Amino acid sequence: MALIRKNRQFKWHHKHLLGLRELSAEEITYILDTAKGFEQISTRSVKKAPPLRGKVVVNLFFEDSTRTRNSFTLAANRLSADVIEFTQKASSVSKGETLLDTARNLEAMGIDIVVIRHSAGGAAKLLSRNINACVVNAGDGFCEHPTQGLLDVYTIRKIKGTLEGLKIAIVGDIAHSRVASSDMWAMTKLGAEVIFVGPPTLIPAQVNKLPVSVSYSLDEVIEKVDVINMLRIQFERLGGNPFPSIREYSHYFGLTVERMKRTKPDILVMHPGPINRGLEMESEVADGQHSVILEQVTNGLAVRMAVLFLVNQAAAQKV
Amino acid sequence: MKVILNSRQIEEILNGLTGRIVSEIPPGVDIAAIGIRSRGEVLAQRLSSRLSKKLNKDVPCGTLDITLYRDDLNSPQGAAQPQVRTTEIGFDIDDKIIILVDDVLYTGRSARAAMDALIDLGRPRAIRLAVLVDRAGREFPIQADYAGYKSDVAPSDLVQVFLTESDGKEEVVIE
Repeated sequence: MALIRKNRQFKWHHKHLLGLRELSAEEITYILDTAKGFEQISTRSVKKAPPLRGKVVVNLFFEDSTRTRNSFTLAANRLSADVIEFTQKASSVSKGETLLDTARNLEAMGIDIVVIRHSAGGAAKLLSRNINACVVNAGDGFCEHPTQGLLDVYTIRKIKGTLEGLKIAIVGDIAHSRVASSDMWAMTKLGAEVIFVGPPTLIPAQVNKLPVSVSYSLDEVIEKVDVINMLRIQFERLGGNPFPSIREYSHYFGLTVERMKRTKPDILVMHPGPINRGLEMESEVADGQHSVILEQVTNGLAVRMAVLFLVNQAAAQKV
Repeated sequence: MKVILNSRQIEEILNGLTGRIVSEIPPGVDIAAIGIRSRGEVLAQRLSSRLSKKLNKDVPCGTLDITLYRDDLNSPQGAAQPQVRTTEIGFDIDDKIIILVDDVLYTGRSARAAMDALIDLGRPRAIRLAVLVDRAGREFPIQADYAGYKSDVAPSDLVQVFLTESDGKEEVVIE
């Protein structure tokens, strides 16, 4: 029986989750360990627990999102919080209200946690400095998408046991991807080796300052990696012509059945969704035995419950 | 520091509790032991193996994490920040008599939280509370059905239970 634990009192003290870059490996691990305790809520008959009873969570989404927003809503509901859904189209933002005014007005109604997604990098941080509520970043520009990074490492850790020593390829539009950036921080802090893979036009210019290696050829890395995370080509963010054609991109960087024949036998295939089937990944691979794409979604719920719980705890103890 | 129970006395108490539980279980009714993390977990494991032997049938054992049900989560006076751990109950609690196990019954707040947590998992036929030490200082109207050692220590005293599996030694002390 492995019941003997170190009686070390770790204390979570962040009332905001803005990014993974500023968190330590210990703090990231603490979130993952906490999330484990939330997984079971979603599998039982009463899918609700009371820790955020009487709290109000606002989903403040200035960009489209289905998966992340629904996941946060459900996570908040399962912790018994009330949720206000705020989307740009149906709000005063279309009448010219600024981000801070919108947030302060919502705060005047007595909200406790703001989950914000915005196309501008740093939006969550700006908000956190100007309001009293807890702020959780659900994606800011090209900067970070911390809960996605957390659910990715949670999924890997759950299956592989640890990230220590794993080789992980993140493939595709790295330059426009906040997922790649949050993944990179979480994975490297937990001891994995990260390789960015993509055409030079989609690799960030300052990549040599990051704790990763770079490859411009998927074929070069496909046999070496334990995990491959395929990013979505984000047509809405691409300006100019970063690659000659979609067919060419797919030919060089798509995860095909052919390429899958050369991988390690226990490789994990991940994708943050939504998938462009046939573009970055063939359908047979997305639905294949190595794919953990749907587990990522399920785990995302537990991770977001843990994050909402922890920021609220930190706020409660700072009063 | 004063030792109030040594390992032999703990053993005797567990045997006594087992006997009382067995004598009060109606025939044909399923029972299970569920321990509150973390010392209750160890005690529930010991009780369930004793009960299985006495009743000559499997008495399943589970572990309950009550963190999400605590009543001090949102209060700044809340003591240490509790870590959420997993609840591990690999069986259906419906229609069973659940022996809820904890090391010390004090304010009654943990038992209240545990009952709420259990009810979110199903509808047991009954919940009975079994504790190793029953100390004075109740804040809620909750009493143990099966109490081992009764102690009326002063509110300022700390009753600490150490068990081999979790602490590497076996005794109950007052500090």
